[in-house]
Amino acid sequence: MAHDDAPQVTVLPPDTEKIKKLWKVAGILGLITLLEFAVAFGVPHEMKELRVWTFVLMTIVKAAYIVGEFMHLRYEAKFLLWSILIPMVFVVWMLVAFVYEGIHVGLARP
Amino acid sequence: MASTPSVTVPAPGQTVWDGGVSPMNASYGKLMMWFFLLSDAFTFATLLIAYGMVRSSHHAYEGAVEVFKFSQAYWPIPEKVFASIPFFHGLNAPLVFVGLMTFILIMSSVTMVLAVEAGHRMDRAAVEKWMLWTIIGGLTFLSCQAWEWSHFIHGAMEGDAVVEGTKFFGANLSTNQYGPPDFAAFFFFITGFHGFHVFSGVLLNFLIYYNTVTGVYDRRGHYEMVEKVGLYWHFVDLVWVFVFTFFYLV
Repeated sequence: MAHDDAPQVTVLPPDTEKIKKLWKVAGILGLITLLEFAVAFGVPHEMKELRVWTFVLMTIVKAAYIVGEFMHLRYEAKFLLWSILIPMVFVVWMLVAFVYEGIHVGLARP
Repeated sequence: MASTPSVTVPAPGQTVWDGGVSPMNASYGKLMMWFFLLSDAFTFATLLIAYGMVRSSHHAYEGAVEVFKFSQAYWPIPEKVFASIPFFHGLNAPLVFVGLMTFILIMSSVTMVLAVEAGHRMDRAAVEKWMLWTIIGGLTFLSCQAWEWSHFIHGAMEGDAVVEGTKFFGANLSTNQYGPPDFAAFFFFITGFHGFHVFSGVLLNFLIYYNTVTGVYDRRGHYEMVEKVGLYWHFVDLVWVFVFTFFYLV
């Protein structure tokens, strides 16, 4: 009897707790972005250092939420977590070093 | 009923590194996606580090912000460059459109993670719904980025006079009206590379959506593929968060 061979799949009901938490994280990301805009337009351009450091800090917080919660890395095996995070430390080091180099290149130009 | 992809635990007396098990408690496919994303993070890091060095080697604008004019002598203030919205010709709305693009991409990340959650419950209808929203979000972002490029290339209304006295509108591969040639070069390269990743992400998402609709993952017994492309999509969103900060805000 050629009944369709669709497998019997048991669909579980939505995990409301988890879904609420995901929307909460989404809200936090949206809020931080709004704060970034507030700083972008509220803090005068003359206070460049404060602006840049605020943006960098907020971006790192957003990245932590995206990687930790959305990509679930916070709940993965610790070895996997560190094998992703430790190389990024070197990337940040390189970024800081080369911005510093760039400043000196600019000063050395005629 | 749901089956899980092959993740094994060590036999008694064996450590997790003695072979035949999954040391990081993740399946092969998921692990490889994570390490691919790490390598892709290095690629974007090279672009952003190069941008950081080149930008800091250019002079910054020293004067009052209100009287800012585009010039080849200094790096432009981004909110003076990106101040237009489609269909509102002439309206000065600094960073509004790019803010909208950021919101769209973050929302598509949220719909993606909801699709993954639905996949864990074998809820095919919900996976289809959330995957479709993610694809639409991705396509919308790409359309917005295409408009941004078009507007950048065609130039703003007046085409500020370049410091050397010539009037130049928009941007090409050697000159642009906004600032030094490096500004346009990095804009195209970084947003273009990111946009290419969004494009391939949309293609992958559509493939997985198609597989979901035809019941591939129901037959397989698990929706881990949704989770894997979800990782890629979140990575794309993550890169945009960094690009948005370092190119448009700083």
